[in-house]
Amino acid sequence: MENITDYYKSERAQDWRTEIRKSVKVKERTSMERTKMPEQEPTVRNKNSLEVNLGLVEKIALKEAQRCIDCPDPTCVKGCPVSIYIPKFIKKIEIGDFLGAATVLKETNTLPAVCGRVCPQEKQCEAQCFYTIKLNQPPVAIGYLERFAADYERNSGKTAIPEVAKPNGIKVASIGSGPASLAWSADMVKMGYDVTVFEALHEIGGVLKYGIPEFRLPNSIVDFEIDNLEKMGVKFVKNFVVGKTATIDDLRAKGFKAFFVGSGAGLPRFMNIPGENSIGIFSSNEYLTRVNLMGAAKEDHDTPVIIGKNVAVIGGGNTAMDSVRTAKRLGAERAMIIYRRSREEMPARLEEVHHAIDEEIEFLNLNNPVSYIADDKGRVQKMLVQKMELGEPDASGRRRPIPIEGSEYEIEVDEVVVAVGVSPNPLIPATVAGLETTKWGTIVVNDDLQSSVEDIFAGGDIVRGGATVILAMGDGRKAAAAMDKYITEKIKK
Amino acid sequence: MNKIVEKEQFSENVFKLVVEAPDVAVNRKAGHFVIIKLGEKGERIPLTIAGSDPERGTIDLVIQRVGVTSHKLTALNVGDTITDLVGPLGQATHIEKVGTVLAACGGVGTAPMLPIIEALKKAGNRIITVLAARTKELIILEDQMRQFSDEVIVMTDDGSYGTKGLVTKGMEDVINREKVDKSFVIGPAIMMKFAALTTKKYNIPTEASLNTIMVDGTGMCGACRITVGGKTKFVCVDGPEFDAHQVNFDEMLMRLGAYKDEEVRAFEAYLNN
Ligand SMILES: Cc1cc2nc3c(=O)[nH]c(=O)nc-3n(C[C@H](O)[C@H](O)[C@H](O)COP(=O)(O)OP(=O)(O)OC[C@H]3O[C@@H](n4cnc5c(N)ncnc54)[C@H](O)[C@@H]3O)c2cc1C
Ligand SMILES: Cc1cc2nc3c(=O)[nH]c(=O)nc-3n(C[C@H](O)[C@H](O)[C@H](O)COP(=O)(O)OP(=O)(O)OC[C@H]3O[C@@H](n4cnc5c(N)ncnc54)[C@H](O)[C@@H]3O)c2cc1C
Ligand code: SF4
Ligand code: SF4
Ligand code: FES
Repeated sequence: MENITDYYKSERAQDWRTEIRKSVKVKERTSMERTKMPEQEPTVRNKNSLEVNLGLVEKIALKEAQRCIDCPDPTCVKGCPVSIYIPKFIKKIEIGDFLGAATVLKETNTLPAVCGRVCPQEKQCEAQCFYTIKLNQPPVAIGYLERFAADYERNSGKTAIPEVAKPNGIKVASIGSGPASLAWSADMVKMGYDVTVFEALHEIGGVLKYGIPEFRLPNSIVDFEIDNLEKMGVKFVKNFVVGKTATIDDLRAKGFKAFFVGSGAGLPRFMNIPGENSIGIFSSNEYLTRVNLMGAAKEDHDTPVIIGKNVAVIGGGNTAMDSVRTAKRLGAERAMIIYRRSREEMPARLEEVHHAIDEEIEFLNLNNPVSYIADDKGRVQKMLVQKMELGEPDASGRRRPIPIEGSEYEIEVDEVVVAVGVSPNPLIPATVAGLETTKWGTIVVNDDLQSSVEDIFAGGDIVRGGATVILAMGDGRKAAAAMDKYITEKIKK
Repeated sequence: MNKIVEKEQFSENVFKLVVEAPDVAVNRKAGHFVIIKLGEKGERIPLTIAGSDPERGTIDLVIQRVGVTSHKLTALNVGDTITDLVGPLGQATHIEKVGTVLAACGGVGTAPMLPIIEALKKAGNRIITVLAARTKELIILEDQMRQFSDEVIVMTDDGSYGTKGLVTKGMEDVINREKVDKSFVIGPAIMMKFAALTTKKYNIPTEASLNTIMVDGTGMCGACRITVGGKTKFVCVDGPEFDAHQVNFDEMLMRLGAYKDEEVRAFEAYLNN
């Protein structure tokens, strides 16, 4: 793209944009109230697994689109890690061209229906919206509108399968099938490569499938996108652990010319406190995998899961919110978040915290478990919790929690989910000679997302540690562009 | 989808299946296992790779029927397929020439032991195998074990075959008779606990192959965690073999019972339909 500012300028000067901009006065636009997302009643939804947010109807989406004043310098775009051309898609919605809006989204975002649902908008695009930074008013609901346009396209049955270049016969592979690899595969197949995605599990989608629950991101949405990728020619190989079923060397011998490692940060961390291996204490990965991937809560599925009455979830991120809300849905009488800092410091999406509060989740902030006590069968029965206070800010800028001596007290629990973070998956680094990693186990890459081994690129959580869906996808796209350049320079000649 | 190409019944509840899995067959080593899943609603269960034929592209599984999934699996026939199969998983057995190896197998622990003694034998070790089970019908793979053992001692609890007594008695008889350089013990957790206590008495380095509950088998969930030498380890990626003298078997026994009630209920439901 030429100079981005010029591009925005010329796009914004197009007749249809000027016309729609002028159709409603700015004053009028800024005096409209931000749309509320229609949602299932809290006391109904906390007993089912259907999606909480119901999505906007056309009329409401049009109204919300009107709020966007089509800024000459759209600061919102700077807040989006993949620079979606936000005013353009929103104005397309305002003129009623919903399919056109979806096309704008797909220029830079492979999975808009996913991002519209799970992006932490309040920290990204919406944080940089003119309304937020200049008017001190609630931002344009960019996420809701993104979801609306993507859902509209999907439900219209008119989803265009993007054109792909003539096959060039060059084989490339990704390791893992999370959002990073999906975004990478879409771009590679469009450029004509012979693309294979290898996934260790029996389902494609990574955290989108085994982690994020149905009530936030229905699997059918992810599957729809995977089907489209298949139609474009991407090959998905499930039940294949790269490094075990075959090594990268084996794959090189089979003719693969370059690799994208999107293996994620899948290893659960525990706190290593006494009693943590008692029955009924899970990592959030295990708990969510049993329920989401294995269907453990459904009567006709073979995988079991313990259904707790008093469930404590340790942590304050998205994973913790997903776990505690899942526990409530499975019938917990008391479903609690135990987090060592205050509510303001919780890294979870704001919307999830609000939803959790509405769903009668208890928040025990400034509390931290110190040990677990089990009954004679080894099942967790109680936890010893210590109260905390906040001290000076630490390296992350958040105020450091300090234990209050002598404040320990007991809580009765019959199930605990530990959601205190994940570490990068060590398998690929361990099985590829010369692959440089950091002391945290993440793969070291240059600006092109190329690793120390020239035919291996990497992105998403394996490079960033636990991050976000949109950052992972952005990496996938960036790596695809760089990989194409690498192959063109090194191999095609 | 992996096709079953051979099936054999060893005893009332123990079967062997030969399954197509070309990549696994080529890359697997002694000590590795696979995870299988049957149907969309099935659970994932781990099974040791008992042997393989890389040219034919097949692996051998020896399965003891205990609950729903193992029953469903052993009810399949030649020509049927296993929906999902992934592997080889886990760390391969560390194989080296140490001298005399005492391999103690309890019940279906014989199946995972077979590839281990095969590799140890090929590395030049003298192998003495103790095959133990409650009763004669439960002694499996005896001929195959003999093929790679210099001596096989059969023990049954009820004396219906071989010598009457527990596996630990068979082990101690050997240890008292000659120098043993290393021991491998595989079987039910309770058997491994006592076998490990036995070798510990005589300071014989011992490896146990642990059969914890697993979900993914790739290190992602922590369901398989146990304590070894005071540290939490994941059996699926750090194991399945560990220094038996460091393993907290009591904790492992407890964790194996995590879903007992659910499993019993599921199994009754399975039998009733
Ligand atoms: C419960 C939960 C909730 C979350 N909620 C949000 C949210 O609301 N918003 C947000 O933006 N982010 C959220 N995140 C974070 C987000 O999901 C991740 O940042 C993102 O999924 C990372 O994508 P990825 O492609 O790097 O890896 P992943 O999605 O982790 O996928 C990696 C895949 O690689 C596979 N794999 C690993 N090793 C191998 C191998 N050797 N061979 C073959 N396959 C392999 C794994 O099985 C996995 O399927 C959440 C995370 C969790 C766990
Ligand atoms: C690394 C590894 C390798 C294994 N290799 C083999 C193998 O080669 N052949 C084989 O037959 N099995 C093997 N197992 C055990 C096998 O995975 C279990 O028997 C299986 O998961 C049982 O599933 P199910 O649904 O049939 O029974 P479930 O319904 O899960 O269990 C039924 C009953 O059996 C008990 N049980 C379950 N698992 C075990 C266990 N591991 N040990 C003792 N009792 C148990 C339960 O407590 C319950 O009472 C292995 C396990 C591991 C971890
Ligand atoms: S992808 Fe995420 S950050 Fe970008 S516009 Fe959409 S919701 Fe906002
Ligand atoms: S900053 Fe806000 S108002 Fe301006 S273009 Fe972006 S979304 Fe519209
Ligand atoms: S089975 Fe999930 S980590 Fe081992």
